[in-house]
Amino acid sequence: MTALVLLDHEGGQIRKAALSAVAAATKLGDVHVLVTGDAAVVLAAVSIAGVSKVLHAADARYAHDLAEPLAALVASLAGGYDHIVAAAGAFGKNVLPRTAALLDVQPIPDVISIESADTFVRPIYAGNALATVRSSDAKKLLTIRSAAFDPAPAKGGSATVETLPGVDSPEVSRFEGVQLSTSDRPELESARVVVSGGRGMQSEEKFHTLDPLADVLGAALGASRAAVDSGFVPNECQVGQTGKIVAPDLYMAFGISGAIQHLAGMKDSRVIVAVNKDPDAPIFQVADYGVVGDLFEIVPQLVNALKK
Amino acid sequence: MKILVPVKRVVDYNIKPRVKADGSGVETAGVKMSMNPFDEIAVEEAVRLREKGAASEVVVVSVGVQQAQDTLRTALAMGADRAILVLSDESPEPLAVAKVLKKLVDKEEPSLVILGKQAIDDDMNATGQMLAGFLGWGQGTFASKVELAEGRARVSREVDGGTEEVSLSLPAIITADLRLNEPRYASLPNIMKAKKKPLETLQAADLGVDMTPRLTVVSVAEPTERKAGIKLDSVAELVEKLRNEAKVI
Repeated sequence: MTALVLLDHEGGQIRKAALSAVAAATKLGDVHVLVTGDAAVVLAAVSIAGVSKVLHAADARYAHDLAEPLAALVASLAGGYDHIVAAAGAFGKNVLPRTAALLDVQPIPDVISIESADTFVRPIYAGNALATVRSSDAKKLLTIRSAAFDPAPAKGGSATVETLPGVDSPEVSRFEGVQLSTSDRPELESARVVVSGGRGMQSEEKFHTLDPLADVLGAALGASRAAVDSGFVPNECQVGQTGKIVAPDLYMAFGISGAIQHLAGMKDSRVIVAVNKDPDAPIFQVADYGVVGDLFEIVPQLVNALKK
Repeated sequence: MKILVPVKRVVDYNIKPRVKADGSGVETAGVKMSMNPFDEIAVEEAVRLREKGAASEVVVVSVGVQQAQDTLRTALAMGADRAILVLSDESPEPLAVAKVLKKLVDKEEPSLVILGKQAIDDDMNATGQMLAGFLGWGQGTFASKVELAEGRARVSREVDGGTEEVSLSLPAIITADLRLNEPRYASLPNIMKAKKKPLETLQAADLGVDMTPRLTVVSVAEPTERKAGIKLDSVAELVEKLRNEAKVI
């Protein structure tokens, strides 16, 4: 059996989540990956452990990963594959279901465990339940939760490369631009430590209280939906059911009450620390270590203690 | 121009879901049900476009059980003009729902279909993209801003690293993300008015759509609960624990 992984990348770098998707796909059989646009990414992709072939969609129409041409391309390749896999991020969730429609398949999103070639485990209800589902479709289209699979090693493989011609599809969409947040911090979904703030951060300005702590820990900055809704931080920082799903070694939650939908995004972290002035905040029910108190006093103390 | 907005009846956002004792699914009997929150955002966006004069009619549709008419009435109370209920089993899959919606789009010929990006019960995040695939239309998923001009929709999309702008030729599909708008509450007079708005009922089978699920639920289980840890009295104690007990820093 052979699986095709749609390898998403940004700024010439393969996303770590895409390497987790490759790792998941190796459990299903031989692995080919599809790379759009960037030739530099193709060079990196041939070295990924476990990948035997890199398909390069070099045509300009695929340069911006628009779902309409890309789904048409993937559907045209589907004949050679039993499984089509992507990381469960904005890219995979945009392209894969559209491809599934073209193939008359019910996609299986957010897979956290592969039980067999046709049976998969996925969270439902914001992770409050885990459903084991068996697909009767001839092909299986999956998105993979990166937190559940260790990324495939970036080195060690020696795949062949095949350049694909463009496939015709109606031009119904146009890429107009992208604004990526510039940050020297690690990517939220692959960071070893995440420092997160909630409504208790009070304002956009005061949210920066967390910056020195993130600096000293080399951590990514996250936020609850409440903090995003209040305009403290941009949406790409959101951790939760409707944001990013993270599972770092250490997750530190400041001023986050612990709504179900936030817990859905971080409860698989190895160690959770919660700081909240409300001793009854639900976040303490999942935290390994809790401190009840004023985060604006505690965070600077923490920074000082960590610098020692 | 007409806007079609599909809405789903789901377990209310504030209810903690309980897995049934026999592991066959999540308990929905006797549980408060509401409109999927992302669908409320989709309805709001459509109603605002009509209020601005960019659209002439907002049609809401739900695919599901008879009680989904309550969800449709809520959408009508928010300002939608009429509703269509397509009766089917309790939880049809996105593939089947998208096929039903395709039939309705063929009949209603809207210029825009706005959906919530995902339902908070099955968390599939698929119906809008699948409908776009069936129709061959452009898709602006995870939208945080929508502007209509000159026969196109300009959509700001929430992507992993920031925001992306795409321009779609109409007709098109848009799926609503959280920041697109803040949905209004329906006022009492509007709730009363909504009772008189037209609501048509169809059978999924009459539309010629095969609703047979492709996924069999083998089991549904509670995730392993995380145990509450310990509360500490000082930052010094916390740092000591993180360094020497958890060994994460």
